[in-house]
This record gives sequence, structure tokens and C-alpha cells, in this order.
Amino acid sequence: MKVTIIDYGAGNVPSVERALHRLGAESERTGAPEHIARAEALLLPGVGHYSALVRALDEQKTRQPLVDAIQRGVPFLGICLGLQVLFESSAEAPQLRGLSLLPGKVCALPSSVKLPHMGWNQIAASRESRLLAGIDSSAYFYFAHSYAAPGSNGSTIATCFHGAPFAAVVQERHLCGVQFHPEKSGDAGSRLLENFLRLAA
Amino acid sequence: MSLAHRIIPCLDTDGERVVKGVNFAGLRDAGDPVALASRYNAEGADELVVLDIAASRDRRPTFLETIRRVAAELSIPLTAGGGIRTLEDGRAVVRAGADKVTVNTAAVQRPALISELSREFGAQAVVLAIDAKRNGSHWEVMVRGGRESASRDAIEWAREGVSSGAGEILLTSVDRDGTQIGFDTKLTAEISKAVSVPVIASGGAKLPEHFVEIFKKGAADAALAASIFHDGVQSIRALKDFLAANGIEVRLPC
Repeated sequence: MKVTIIDYGAGNVPSVERALHRLGAESERTGAPEHIARAEALLLPGVGHYSALVRALDEQKTRQPLVDAIQRGVPFLGICLGLQVLFESSAEAPQLRGLSLLPGKVCALPSSVKLPHMGWNQIAASRESRLLAGIDSSAYFYFAHSYAAPGSNGSTIATCFHGAPFAAVVQERHLCGVQFHPEKSGDAGSRLLENFLRLAA
Repeated sequence: MSLAHRIIPCLDTDGERVVKGVNFAGLRDAGDPVALASRYNAEGADELVVLDIAASRDRRPTFLETIRRVAAELSIPLTAGGGIRTLEDGRAVVRAGADKVTVNTAAVQRPALISELSREFGAQAVVLAIDAKRNGSHWEVMVRGGRESASRDAIEWAREGVSSGAGEILLTSVDRDGTQIGFDTKLTAEISKAVSVPVIASGGAKLPEHFVEIFKKGAADAALAASIFHDGVQSIRALKDFLAANGIEVRLPC
């Protein structure tokens, strides 16, 4: 199976590729709508500003093929902004529309704590899932963000806490998203990517 | 559940080899950056910083190649910098595989560099490195590898850098750097209190107790050291065990 990585110029694409290759998975980078339309599995990495990702999806004309593929059940993993864009909108750029595949809005983390939420944190799983299978409940993952999706969302399978609870992992059948960076999260991150590859196979 | 305190080894390079010196002077060879990166990744380092302390224009391609080779070894975040003067310099470092870019002297000379990088890569990717030296009752910003005073107050500069878009401060005490007598907890606590972003403390570490002190009294979010890790004086694993035993939350590798 080949993972199609949606490349909109985000900085973490090479490290995602390396992490997948270490697991023996093939990958291709693309910004082309036709490649997304025929992908076997999709991965959307993202860092930086929400508006850069949303604008790129619209300019590349990849929004619709991406939504269609996910709705057809093509396995999808969104990383960081790639999780946030699954929701309706984000307070980081309220005038822009997200993919609205999951209900709710991405909000700013509270200013009572240091932002960005940067570094290694633990997550609390609220139910069993194939995505988190075999990962120790005390494992740490690497986060780097100031906005987050609400943890109360029905698709949230694990939450994290930084000033407030938020969604660390979301999953609806083959639609997956992680707020942390599995490609930067050592062995635990590698295991999560491996679980996604299994789920997608 | 809360954010772990990070331990960050730093590779000061001449572009190609890791070098070390005391108080920013008297450099000598300390090893291969790729071999060290691989070792720290396996030992449980939380991030890695690679700096080009020579930062000469003609050696830049060599440094970018070093970043690429180091990044290939890592499953943890990588910060790179040294001689970043323009947005284009920052882009080159990110394309080579760095997750974050540090800026120092050029940002003091032209603070807009911080906002340019922050707009393009996000605040989480912009680390403002501040070299601070005590001068009477305050700390002064030093530039050009800690040799020259910028005649600016370090706390004010930290605040300005954050409002321009820096997502993290890498704070080096020029007074403590290379002395191995411990971090400057007072300086770190002052800066940490003054800004809303995480602060990485650097300069002066040797003993595990120094790390306990910088997290407990210095309010640091992360601590950085170089030669004590390179020389094997302090293993990262043993340091983290010591911190955990002293009630400091750290990520212990499985």
C-alpha cells in the first residue's frame, strides 16, 4: 500500500516521509487533485498557520477530492493542522471554512498557560482503538500548537490537557487525526503510524 | 498529566564538525554531528539543537548538508540556526529538515526577521536565541557569539521578540557558559516570568542538581547543554532518572 501525502508546502513532510519509510511503507507527495482522488491512503501533515493550509487546499483544488475520498472511506490521517482542518472552522482564521467532516470549532488554548503548547505530553484514551493499540498509557507525544479541537467532541478517542482539555486523537472509522506529531514522537509516535498503516491496509 | 520538562543536547558546529569552547572562545573538535545525533535520539533526548557557530556564508551549503544528515537520524524535533539573516536562510534550514529555526544577532539588528519567519512557518517554528550577560542590576543582550554588547535589556528584548512572533526563547547566560557551575536561575526565572512562551535555559550545566535547580527555581521549560553530554560526563538517561526521582516530570524512554 502506498500512502499519498498531501504536500502544501508544510515543513514536516520530509520527516513524515522518513518515519513512514522506516516502517517499510511507500509514499508519494502530491498537491494534485487527481492523485488525491485515486489514493489508497491519505496523510495530511501540517504545521504553521491554519490559513496557509486552508488557502493551499483551495488553491490546489484539493479540498473537494479530499472530502470525497474521506467520505468514500479512504483511510486518512491528519497531523496537527491536518486534524484541525477536519472541523468546521478555527479561531485562528475565523473567516475561513474547514473541511467540516467533524462537528465543532477549533479554539485557542487558554492564555493562562505558556503558549505554544510545546513539548512532550501524555494523553488519556477515552476508549479502545486500533490507532492506539499497543501504546503504553504513560507514553509521551510531541506537541507544538496554540489552537486545538474541543475534547468533548464525539469522535475524540484521546484527550490531552494544557490549560484546558482538548482532542489529542480523533477517529471515525477510517478518518483519523492527531494533534501531536507522531513523526517527531520517538517510538510511541512510530507505533501510532504503524497502527494507522495496519488500519489502512 | 502535564508537559514534561525537556532535556536538549546542543551540537555547536563549525558547519561540519561539532566543536566546543569556554565562554564562546577557544574552540576544539568534539565529534561527528550525525553520530552524536543518533546517540542522543536513542538515549531519550527530547529535542536536538544544531548550531553553525562559524556561520560563514561560503560554508552554508556544508551546514545545510549537516542538517539533512542529522535530521535523517532523528525521531525527535530538530532546531537549527546560526547565521540566519534572512527569510531565505530560514527557508533553507527548514527545507533541509529543521522543525524550528533559531535567530540571534540578525534579529537584534532587524527584529522584522522574527515576524517574517513566524508568518511563514508559524510561531512554534521560531526560536529567539538570546545571549545575556549581567551588567550591574540588569542583563544585557550580547551579539556576535556573545562577544559584543547590543546595548539592549535582555528582558525587554525577550518581550519584544515574543510579540514579534517568536514561539520560544533559547536563553544563554554568557557569564555561565562553559563554566560548569550551574545555570543562571535568576536570569532564567526573570525571563520566564516576563514572557508567555516556553524558555530553554542554557549555559553552565554540569551536575544533575543543576538541572533540578533550573526547573524548580529557574522556571525553565527546557534545559540545554552541550559538552557534558558529548564527553559522556552526563548521560541523558541517568539525568532523566535523577530528575524523575526529584519530582520533576520528564519523558522517560520505554
